[in-house]
Amino acid sequence: MKLEIKNLKFGYNSTPVLKSVNMVAEPMITAIIGPNAVGKSTLLKCICGILKAEGSIIFNGKDLKEYRKDEVIKAISYLPQESSTSAVMTVLEATMLGRINSLGWRINDEDLSASMDTLEKLGIEELAMRPMNELSGGQKQMVSIAQSIIRKPKVLLMDEPTNSLDLQRQLELFDVIQTITEDNGMTTVVALHDLNLAARYAGNVVLMNGGKVVASGSPASVITEAMIRKVYGVNARVTLDGEGIPQVIPINSTRKCRIKKAIMG
Amino acid sequence: MNVKSKEAYRKMMGRKYLFLLSILVAIFLTFILDIMTGPASLSAKEVISTIFFPAYSERSVQVIVWTFRLPVALMAVVTGITLGLAGANMQTILDNPLASPYTLGISAASGFGAALAIVFGVGVLPFADTLFVPINAFVFSLISCMAIYGIARFKRATSETIVLTGIAVLFLFDSLLALLEYTANPEQVQAIVFWLFGSLTKTTWNTLGITVGIVLLVIPLLAIDVWKLTALRLGDDKAKSLGVNVERMRLKGLILVSILTSTAVAFVGTIGFIGLVAPHIARMLVGEDHRYFLPFSALSGAFILSTASVLSKVVVPGIIFPIGILTSLIGVPFFVWLLLYKKRGYW
Repeated sequence: MKLEIKNLKFGYNSTPVLKSVNMVAEPMITAIIGPNAVGKSTLLKCICGILKAEGSIIFNGKDLKEYRKDEVIKAISYLPQESSTSAVMTVLEATMLGRINSLGWRINDEDLSASMDTLEKLGIEELAMRPMNELSGGQKQMVSIAQSIIRKPKVLLMDEPTNSLDLQRQLELFDVIQTITEDNGMTTVVALHDLNLAARYAGNVVLMNGGKVVASGSPASVITEAMIRKVYGVNARVTLDGEGIPQVIPINSTRKCRIKKAIMG
Repeated sequence: MNVKSKEAYRKMMGRKYLFLLSILVAIFLTFILDIMTGPASLSAKEVISTIFFPAYSERSVQVIVWTFRLPVALMAVVTGITLGLAGANMQTILDNPLASPYTLGISAASGFGAALAIVFGVGVLPFADTLFVPINAFVFSLISCMAIYGIARFKRATSETIVLTGIAVLFLFDSLLALLEYTANPEQVQAIVFWLFGSLTKTTWNTLGITVGIVLLVIPLLAIDVWKLTALRLGDDKAKSLGVNVERMRLKGLILVSILTSTAVAFVGTIGFIGLVAPHIARMLVGEDHRYFLPFSALSGAFILSTASVLSKVVVPGIIFPIGILTSLIGVPFFVWLLLYKKRGYW
């Protein structure tokens, strides 16, 4: 289902962070890219309702404000950046929390089956009885995904899901995200720093800078050498692979390195 | 869901129920032992028959059990439940393993409020004459909770800031208490000091009834939020995205902690470490699914205080040792052990 964001504005105290953001996300993976502190995480938090922003978020043709709170929670699932949670609970218990609104004092077979089916879908069913605090970062991230998709959301928002994952885990994670997005017809919006991952997996790339969307479209149309130089201040070589997917090789910074300047004077 | 997983889940739940049964049996044993011990020793048979069939017991045994020991033994269990629940709730809502009514100064604030009422007979609500001690204790514990909460909200303070604020609150109310002692006469000072040691011997059926009533009032208020409290352990953002109103949960939690702590402090005095240690024991045994974590914290608290109550009567024969001193003496080495155990990831 289509997610349309119109003229979204948000600020922390008197500091504006989002300055009239406009974008559209269709049922596919949309990657939000941009340098640090341009409002990527804030945008995701505004979409899922953690932060209250000015403007409109239109979901399936209707403003989110017109939906009931439980409908929004059911439809939109948000995965924060990897948290340092040390919760002492099993993977199965943590996964079940994704269905918090249907959970009663007694766990019924439906909740149990939904949790196990989700873990199986992600290929981590053998972790079901393992305590969360004994898992690796990558395993915890998979559990977070299980928690997010267990209630079959229409929109999945993910903030830097590959943080602290090695190369293999990053690719595996995105393969999973791509599969569940396609299988469930989900609108997945991912805030990402890794331009190569964004180019490889996203159908739509949204580039943010200074609290605004400055470009959006196919990876090849947004991820260009000129854009990287202008927005990131980095000289990079961008080549297209056999499938027409851009590949970014950073060369050097166009700005003087502040650390080097401080040391060398 | 495959059969193997369902079996594994049932096994896990079975283990939790086994722990539950074990701790209930342990509490029952310490409870009976608590009534048996004292200047006049009673047998388990005498205790049980006097509780269930008082008409068939000797008059002296009836008096010892029903007038003196039963309310004290029950108060040990109920106060343990109160402090265990307060500690567990506080550690969850503040996301901090060091949080407890004692370490964050809420007990000290509550104690100061109660001491103020005891020494000067001054209540913050002058119309509530008979209840001014617990009400004073509650108002002061609420003030300290709100101070900690206010700092926690101020510019998204970290849990370390909260703990430091709690320590500041602890020192503030300890100083105010010292000032109160400085200005009081020797009899009043003696009364404050004895009272602050923490003692179950002041228990009457009335104070026990009020404490039980308050615990029964608070338990359903916590029970309806078990899943929300569990979700809080995943972090604020995740809990919010699951529809939990984190701010409201914290405020509600702190008010409930104030009620529980002030009740315990008003009737029993300041008893340390139970609110800190009981949730850690529960966490290690059943994890942090709050459907089990909260009851286990409560029952662990009951077990520790009931055991301490027995020890308070046997550690120095013929004298009832102040229970607050004992819980701290037991609590400190246990706390150090917990700090070392932390490496294994239980927080």
